[in-house]
Amino acid sequence: MSDVISSWTQLSDPAPGDGPHRRAPAIGPLAEGWQRFVRNRVAVAGGVVVLVMALGAVTAPLIAEYVVGIGPNDQDLVLGPQPPLTRSVDSSLAQDGSGRARLHLFGTDTLGRDLFVRVLYGARISLFVGLLATLLSVLVGVTYGAVSGYYGGWVDGLMMRFVDILFSLPYLLFVIMLMVFLGHRPWVLFIALGAVQWLTMSRVVRGQIMTLKKRQFVEAARATGVREFTIIFQHLVPNTIGPIVVYATLTMPVVMLAEAFLSFIGLGIQPPDASWGSLAAEGAATMDLFPWLITFPGLALAATLLSLNFLGDGLRDAFDPHREGP
Amino acid sequence: MVTFVLRRILASVPTLLAIVVISFAMIHAAPGGPFSHDPGVPDEVRRNLERTYHLDWEVFPIYQELDPVSGEYRVRVYTRWSDIRRTQFVDYVLMVCRGDLGPSTRYPNLTVNELLWRGLPASATLGGVALLFALALGVGAGLTAGLNRNTALDHGSMFVAILGVSVPDFVLAPLLVLLFAVTLGWLPVAGFSTPAHVVLPAICLGAMYAAHIARLTRAGLLEVMEEDYIRTARAKGLAERVVVLRHALRGALGPLVSYLGPATARILTGSLVIELIFNIPGLGRQFVQAALNRDYTLVMGTIIVFSAVLIAMNLVVDVLHAWMDPRVRDE
Repeated sequence: MSDVISSWTQLSDPAPGDGPHRRAPAIGPLAEGWQRFVRNRVAVAGGVVVLVMALGAVTAPLIAEYVVGIGPNDQDLVLGPQPPLTRSVDSSLAQDGSGRARLHLFGTDTLGRDLFVRVLYGARISLFVGLLATLLSVLVGVTYGAVSGYYGGWVDGLMMRFVDILFSLPYLLFVIMLMVFLGHRPWVLFIALGAVQWLTMSRVVRGQIMTLKKRQFVEAARATGVREFTIIFQHLVPNTIGPIVVYATLTMPVVMLAEAFLSFIGLGIQPPDASWGSLAAEGAATMDLFPWLITFPGLALAATLLSLNFLGDGLRDAFDPHREGP
Repeated sequence: MVTFVLRRILASVPTLLAIVVISFAMIHAAPGGPFSHDPGVPDEVRRNLERTYHLDWEVFPIYQELDPVSGEYRVRVYTRWSDIRRTQFVDYVLMVCRGDLGPSTRYPNLTVNELLWRGLPASATLGGVALLFALALGVGAGLTAGLNRNTALDHGSMFVAILGVSVPDFVLAPLLVLLFAVTLGWLPVAGFSTPAHVVLPAICLGAMYAAHIARLTRAGLLEVMEEDYIRTARAKGLAERVVVLRHALRGALGPLVSYLGPATARILTGSLVIELIFNIPGLGRQFVQAALNRDYTLVMGTIIVFSAVLIAMNLVVDVLHAWMDPRVRDE
């Protein structure tokens, strides 16, 4: 009888890690994980910072137009580079001609562009590229890992061997090669970044699928004649959503760092668009004279990466307690 | 043990070959070539140049043929060795097997071997010093944090560690240069001629790895300290110093060894940004230049050398694991 009960709880509970540590069965694994996550104040703080950054990125055009009143590429060569918190009585930057004094919160760059607005717009590009490339890596990694784990045998052996080979590639060199040879276009950037970051995800998903496919609900689905494609993507993959979200959160800082790095060496985002990486590159060129130009983009980037790492670590501890990472 | 090592070495040959195929295909799939961007070069000269470097040959021993009946193109594979031999890929692989990475297509009077040897000393020095710095700081901080668990010292060093993981080296480098080179004037700003030139780049390069190592060491130590054999060692009345350094440390370093293999390879090969910022004549900077110049052979050569280093490091890690844990050997 107890066997029947435990198999029922397993059926309704796809998360790994039932065991003596499980508390009241009334709480589902998701709710339990959520409770663990909320108790981790650092992770929650990381999540809040990420949300604020994302909100700033989404509303950047509104903030630029209605709060600051300057666009990201509006320049004032007479004004030139000014330190943070400079108030300027606008000359060419005043579109409304009111001559109001404008506050440059982060100062202005060598072309007299408002750094605060540029960092906000940089958030748009940095976060967007990070999100899109991460989604691409999730798509590829989940599909690859699920197929490999479900079929097993020589298919699995061959597919995982290929992943091993890609793991021994110096991936940064590959991204650089892709960017140079395919041209500095944004979609090349997504593909180049996403194409090299799906490996860990595929391994994680494969491991999950390999344990899940032995469950009775898969056997039941197979017995009633459900197609393999449907079994994999409608029955198995949704059950691995926890680890997928966790590792996507941990992939995003890696991708963003790679994008910033590429933009820093001039192979990523091209002017007049700017990401935090290319803003930092502009700042690094003149940092002995105008140190704020590298400080603010660098701070924004570091704060976001830090928060994403805290958030990802917290999510992993809460929802995937059996996996330990560096 | 010897068969284990030999088997692993043999298994890495197809990996390297696969890497060569992938990069070769990617380089040659891209439009343009090493000589197509020189505006001053007449067509006749360019064709001669391409003939010299065999760029007029088929890339792989596969070609398309127009079927005269149906009017469709068909993919065919060369079957005669004399044809296979006259393809760029086979020609290149045979050359590499002889230990020759070919002539640079950008600098005709230099071979890729010479160019790589020229960049290696700077990269290896920088990487080696950075690795030592990362190990010393990382293991030290990790042990300190782990032994003083949940104290201010622990929380403080772990916060610095996660900060180190998150601050990109290209943000850290200019800030450190600004502080130590420009403002205080203690260290040179850029270049690579005296030992003082190595300090700042090595710190910037090693910081992120030091942070990772610190977190790994702390986690490993905390796990090991719960083990029975540590309690036994304490029960025998050994000094705490001996318990930690002789018994706990050895067990705690397991995950660190796995991390160090790929990390060493990445430190040695990933110094690209640091080389650009500090103007160091190393392999990474050379690679970016080569990619921009479409120096096919130099790009291929660098990728092969870096991949070989990565594979070798993974091999060393596996052998170390097998040496420490006989169960791995039998798998």
